[in-house]
This record gives sequence, C-alpha cells and structure tokens, in this order.
Amino acid sequence: MDISNFLLMRQEIMLLSIVLLLIIAEIFIPNDKKSSIVHFAIFLFGIHTILGFVELSEGSLFGGSFQTTKLVYFFKNVLNVGVLIVLLQSADWIQEKVVNENKGSEFFILLFSSLLGMYFMISAGDFLMFYIGLELGTLPVAALAAYETSKRISSESGIKFILSAALASGTALFGVSLLYATSGSIFFADITTITASNLTILGFVLFFSGLAFKISIVPFHFWTADVYEGAPISVSSYLSVISKGAAVFILMILLFTVLKPLMHIWENMIYGLTIATMVIGNLFALRQQNMKRFLAFSSIAQAGFILLGIISGTQLGATTAIYFVLVYIFSNLAAFGVVQAISLQTGKENMDDYNGLYRTNPKLSLVMMLALFSLAGIPPVAGFFGKFFLFTSAASEGYYLLVFIAAANATISLYYYLLVVRAMFIRKNDNPIPFFNSKIYMRLGLIVSVIGIFVLGLYSPLYDYIFELNGFLNQ
Amino acid sequence: MDILSLFVVVPVLTILGLLLTKGLAQVRIVSMVGSIIQLGMAINLVFAYFRERAINDSVMLFTRDILWFQNFNIHYAIGVDGISVALLLLTTIVVLAGVFISWKVDDLPKEFFISLLVLSTGVYGFFISLDLFTMFVFYEIAVIPMYLLIGIWGTGPKEYSAMKLTLMLMGASSVLLVGVLGIYFNSNADGGELTFNILEIAKVNIPFEAQKLFFPLTFVGFAVLGALFPFHTWSPDGHASAPTAVSMLHAGVLMKLGGYGIFRVALFLMPEGAMDWSWFFIILSATGVIYGAFGALRQTDLKYINAYSSVSHLGMVLFALLMFNKTAYNGAILQSLSHGLMTALFFALIGMIYGRTHTRDITKLGGLLKVIPFISVIYVVAGMASLGLPGFSGFVAEMNIFVGAFQNEQLFYRIATIVSVSAIVVTAVYTLRVVGIMLMGKVTNPEYLDLPKTTWFEKTGILLLLIPVVGMGVAPLWISDMVMDSIKLFMQ
Repeated sequence: MDISNFLLMRQEIMLLSIVLLLIIAEIFIPNDKKSSIVHFAIFLFGIHTILGFVELSEGSLFGGSFQTTKLVYFFKNVLNVGVLIVLLQSADWIQEKVVNENKGSEFFILLFSSLLGMYFMISAGDFLMFYIGLELGTLPVAALAAYETSKRISSESGIKFILSAALASGTALFGVSLLYATSGSIFFADITTITASNLTILGFVLFFSGLAFKISIVPFHFWTADVYEGAPISVSSYLSVISKGAAVFILMILLFTVLKPLMHIWENMIYGLTIATMVIGNLFALRQQNMKRFLAFSSIAQAGFILLGIISGTQLGATTAIYFVLVYIFSNLAAFGVVQAISLQTGKENMDDYNGLYRTNPKLSLVMMLALFSLAGIPPVAGFFGKFFLFTSAASEGYYLLVFIAAANATISLYYYLLVVRAMFIRKNDNPIPFFNSKIYMRLGLIVSVIGIFVLGLYSPLYDYIFELNGFLNQ
Repeated sequence: MDILSLFVVVPVLTILGLLLTKGLAQVRIVSMVGSIIQLGMAINLVFAYFRERAINDSVMLFTRDILWFQNFNIHYAIGVDGISVALLLLTTIVVLAGVFISWKVDDLPKEFFISLLVLSTGVYGFFISLDLFTMFVFYEIAVIPMYLLIGIWGTGPKEYSAMKLTLMLMGASSVLLVGVLGIYFNSNADGGELTFNILEIAKVNIPFEAQKLFFPLTFVGFAVLGALFPFHTWSPDGHASAPTAVSMLHAGVLMKLGGYGIFRVALFLMPEGAMDWSWFFIILSATGVIYGAFGALRQTDLKYINAYSSVSHLGMVLFALLMFNKTAYNGAILQSLSHGLMTALFFALIGMIYGRTHTRDITKLGGLLKVIPFISVIYVVAGMASLGLPGFSGFVAEMNIFVGAFQNEQLFYRIATIVSVSAIVVTAVYTLRVVGIMLMGKVTNPEYLDLPKTTWFEKTGILLLLIPVVGMGVAPLWISDMVMDSIKLFMQ
C-alpha cells in the first residue's frame, strides 16, 4: 500500500493532530494563561475547516473498511462548519466558566474526539468501522453532557445519555450480528445482495433502532429533552445538529445502497415513524417553557421532516434530506446561539424571561426570529425551501397523504415557534433582560448562522451541487 | 431591470432604506417616498400595458423567465395581464393610503413600516408571478408580517386574533401546498417536463381524476384567504384587533390574493375539476354572501360590521368565479377592485372615528355628522358604494356578477343567484342602520362636541381611496376593457 493513500484520511489525520496538539498545549501552557487555549483551539479548527474544502480524490483504505467519496467529504465539511459555529458560540462560556475549573482544553479534546468518531462512522465501509465510529462519536459526548459538575442536573443528563446510548449501541450491535449471520459478511459491499428473510428483517429493525436513537426518532426519543435540558447549551446544540446530522447521513447512505433490497420494508416502517415523530415532537413542544426543552422537542419534530426525504428513496429525496440537514444545522445553531448568549449573560432559560426582549435586545431577537422562521419553514429564509423540497420529493413518489399530514404538522409547529416570537416582540415585561453586547466570538457565530440561513435558500447552485454529488444513487 | 421586477426590488430597497433611518421624521419620509414611487410605477405600468397590448396579443405581457432550482424546474417567472395590472394598481393605492393613515404610529414606527412593506412586497410578488413556486413563496411572505402587525400594534385580544389569523392562513397554505404539488406532478401528463409554470401547465390536460382530487385542495387553500364560509372566522377577529392601516391592507389587498389565486391557478389549470366541484363551492360561497350580510346586521362594533360585510362581498367574488362566463368573471375582478378600495376607505374612516372617540361601538356614538362632517360625509359615500348605488364602483361590479350568474340556465344556478342577490337588500339595511345610528340624530355624548379636525395626511389618505371609487363608478370602461381583454384570452 502506498503511503500517499493515507491522504484519503486527511480530515481524520488533521483532526487527530489537533487533538494531540491540544494535549501538548495543555501540558505546557501555565495555569494562569489557560484561557488562551480557547483561541488556540478555535484557530486550529478554523484552519482545519478551511483546508477541508481542498479537493480530494475518492477511494478506499484497509481493504474497503474505510471509504471516502466526494459526498462523504462534503458531509465532513458540513459537520466541520457546524462544529466551528458551535465553538464560536461556546467560546465565551468556556472562557468565563470552564477555564476557571481547569477543564478548558478537555472540552475541546472531547468534542474533537467525538467529531472524529462521526468522521469514521460516515466513512465506514463495513460494520466494524461503523461501530467504532459510532462509539467514539457517542462516549465523549456523555462526558461533555456532565461537564458542569457543579450542577446536579448536568451529571444526571450525562448518566441518562450514557445509559440510553449504551442500550442503543447494544441493540444496533445485535442487529449487525444478525445481519452478519444471514449474509456472512460485515462489508457493506457484500450485504447488498441480502434478501428479506425474517432474520434479516429482525436484524435490520434492531440496527435501525440504534441509529434512530441518535436521530431521536419517536419512540427512541425519550432521552432527548432531559439530556438537552441538563447538558451545557454548547453540548445540547452539538447533539442536536452535529450528532443528529451525521447519523441521518449514514442512515441514508445505508438505506439507499446496502439495504436497498429491503426497501419495501423500510418504506412502510419509516412511513409510520415519520408521522409518529412529527406528531409527538410537535405535541410535546407545544407546552414547553424551558427553551432548551423546547428546542429539544422541536428538533424531534424536525427529525420527522428529515425522514420525508429518506422515504422517497430517490436521488432527489437524498439530496433534499442532506440539504435540509444543512439548513437545519444553521437554523438550529442560530436559535441555540441566542439561548446560549442570554443564558450566559443572565442565567435565564425560560420562555417567559424572553418577554419584551425585542425592546432591549433587538438584534438578538431578530436572529432568534429568523432562526425560528427557518425552522418553521417561512420564506424567504432557507427552512422554507428545505421543507418545500422535502414535501416535493415525498410527493414525487406519490405520498400525498403523508405530505398532507406533514404540512399540517408544519402549521402546528408554527404555533409554538410563534409563541417565542410573541414573547420577544409582543409581550411586555416589567423586568426585561437588560441590554448587553455579546463578545466577538458569539457575534461571529450568530452572523455566520444568519448568513447561512439566507444564502442556503436563495442561492440555488448549492442544491445542484449536492444533487450531483448524489449521482451514485441514480442507478 | 424589467418593469415588473421593480415591484419587488423597490419595496425591498425601501425596507433597506428604513433600516438606516433614525427618528420618526425620517421613517415617515422614507416610507412615504417609497410608496409614492410604487404608485408611480403602477400608473406607468398601466400606460405601458395599454401600449403593449395594442401590439401584442399573448396572454401575459412583459414576461421574464430565469431558471432558479433546475432539479425541480423552478423558475423565477413573471408576467402580467390586465387583471394583475389592475390589482397592482389597487395595491399601490392602498399601500400609499395606508402609509398616510399610519402617520401617527409612534410605537416602534420603523418596525411598523418595515412589516407593512414586507407585506406589500409579498402581494406585489404574488400578482406578478407566473410560477407556482414563486407565487407560493410570495403568498407566505405576504401573510407572515400580519402576525407582528396585529400582535404588536393591535388592540383588544390582539394575541389571540393574530395567532388565529396566522395559523388559519398558514394552515390554508399547507392545504394549498398539496394542491400545488398535485398540479406539478401532473404537469407532465402530455409527456412533457414537470413544470411549475402556469402558462406551460395550462397547455397540458391534467387527468380528470387528478383534477377532481386537487381542485378542492387548491380552491380551499386560496379561498380561506378570500374568507370562504366556513373558513372566514379569522377575518372578523383579525380586523377587529388590527391597527387601521393593517385592516386596510388586509381587507383591501391581502384578501384579494384568494380570488386572484383561484382565478389564475385553480380555475385556469383545472377547469374540469372546477366544473365537477362547482355545485359544492357555490353553495358555500352563496351561504357566505348571505351569512356575512346578516352577520353585519347584528354587530355593533364598526370593525366587525365591515369585516362581515367583507365576508359577504368577497363571497360574491368566489360565487362569480364559479359561474364560468365572461361577464361573471369580469364582475368578480371588478368586485375585487371595488371592494378593495371601498373597504380600505371604510377601515380608514373607522380608524379616524376610533382615534377621536375611542370607541367603535355604534350604540355609544351618535350625531357625528354634526361634529366631524368631513369623515361622516365620506362614510356615507363609502356606504353608498358598498350597497351598490349606481355611480360608484360597487354597482358596476355587482351588476356584472349577477347578470353573468343569471346567464346559467340551470335551476340550481338560478336559485343560488336569487339567494345571493337578496344579500344586496340586507347590505342596504346594515349600511343605512350604521349611518342612521352613528351619524344622524343628536350628539349623544357631550365629550364628542369638540373632536379634533381631520389632518392633512388623513385627508390625503382618504382622497386617494375615494377618487378611484368614484372614478370606477363613473368611468368603468377603461378598467373593464383591460380586465375583459385578459378574460377573453384566458377563456381560449
């Protein structure tokens, strides 16, 4: 094997180097200058993100267990941009709260390790690599969720996450072993020939449940709200966009290529799950007061919409699902960013605390409004285009009834998104959140998300680009 | 830049200008200048239209087509016919009048005018769109600012009304969405490409089964905005809570999107489905006409009276659209225009009365003709237009509608027509009832004896609306010609 082949793993190698550099820096930077590690980490990751856009050849390594295509590469870039925004938005929190407890560099090390796991998961060419990636992507997050050790609720959320994640991984692994039993191979390329026997179906369903946990599809969503509420906001936003996005991506690739022979089974399954996920997510979101729980249930409902793109099983659907995930990353991060900024400044996280926010902090309120409109699917922001295309791709396979239910759910979701808008713009408050200026990193994070929200929708070549990347599905 | 895209660009530029303003005076000037430019553009468009129509007999003029999302074959496609030109002109007039009437808004004025302009951008975009996707985008852009406009600057149970209005209209748009997708996926029925372009789809025969399924969805999706009974309930509540200018735009312009959308999309693309379903929707719209009229008869709040009267008048529009003949179509469009101007005028006057007396309850008002003669006289004039007195716009419109409707010889249509016509009598009753109680008689409340005089901006706003109301009644031919030309081309 030529050593230059390792360049196919460039993203992984770079990220690993960053983690190692951070460990070295942690050793050599004196305690009173620890806050500089935040700048260092963000700087390194920024470079990593930019270098990610350099073209790379396609190919596979280790006898096919590690694969990289343009699409996978594109998705790693998407994850990078998302993580970069998360970092920008959490920089202030780390500097003010975490560094004092001497845990600054660990935060980055854990976060990047988890991202590394996601990389391996989406590049996997066999179930072994997939499972390693899944675990590496999950375990550090449990530590991150319990990061605010001074708060009981944070430790609780860490425990909840690790327990349910372990159960989900176990289930997925059992499913994988059943699939192995029927097909005799763990390589994706060999499994494409499976037929629908009872054992394969059982294996597939168990495997699917494991991934459904990460995407928080109903009925595997119970951990979501509690973990989001307890974990630090940076970790919640990481969980809600990056972890979910990566899982959607690999699920889609597997369903569309490896598990294509089972399509008539997973179609029906996803049909039911889509409806359940949208309806349950929406119904629970209606009455939430805590913004983090609110966004948790909204993200469950959004997962239901993502499934609309997957169910069609076409290139159009796959493209739209990826596009929607991209849009969702920016919209959700903008919303989490505002929650983060306000929570950091005042410690307030309830919807009632947002009453009258527009009069004191107009810019933050506008960002929040745009983010919520994008999540609700109101033009001209990107969420509208994402939802419209999802509906179109589902309707292209004749799922009109499903589209109808989904559109009705979009209207229901508009109700609770408008509740936040109502709090910020319409309600009066005797004791509003006072005016404050966000620091530079937070501003940058919010500006990037808002630009994303607008550009992704109105700038159509991006959609065409993803469509071309998906060409391999066009068989 | 083409003459139509300006209708989107200029409001957007005005919004950007507003973002830079500081202080109330600058906000007022920028929004006024912006809306005057828009009115100028609309008048210019009318003349350009007549010039172009003389040499060009294609259905749509000034067309332009830019590919947007190629995988869905979505285009930014625009073009106008006489109907859209007339409605654009109406919109610019109402927007400008609305800006004048809102001169006194002092709570968050910048945000108020920005929302108003976002709304009008959506409306302009809707009227010029030839692509179902673009049309749908603009439809939603027009609806969503209503939430903030009513929620922030409204009165009474504003949170409830704003939420109800937004959810009902957005719910309607999700029904419409399914209809639009149904049309889209049947647009290749003749073997061509899938397309959202209305003119392209019109050449295709959408299978009858699909029409039967998707016509009612499309129709209802638009008709909710046109206050079709029983989906009209958002409208009275919304009007009652909305600030004056918003009521004007809402009744004057936004509700017209419904009738226009039905005409342009539902009827144009799925005529056989329309025939098949017409009996059902005729019953609903005729019920709306009667129900709205009797509703207005029982209300005591001025805004509710006019909101129910809108339900009745717009019911006539939907009713006429289902009659499938030129005269009735012509009447429907004229009624849209006439109602737009007249209701905007009504709401402007109600806003002024409320601003002075602080009540909209007609039982508490009386003898206003003596104390605020200007407003009162115009109110009487608007009332006469509303009950369809010859010489005003309402007469021309209703005449066309009922003459057209009566041309259908089947018994069912005849009965429906007779039932609807009877609403005109009720309209006269409730209009005269308000005039009698509120304007005539003695001044009941001594506090009303010295009410503030009308200001220049109020007068300007009112005259802007009054002149076309009278103009359409006295000289209806030029506008009726413009509409009729387009209907003829449409019927082919």
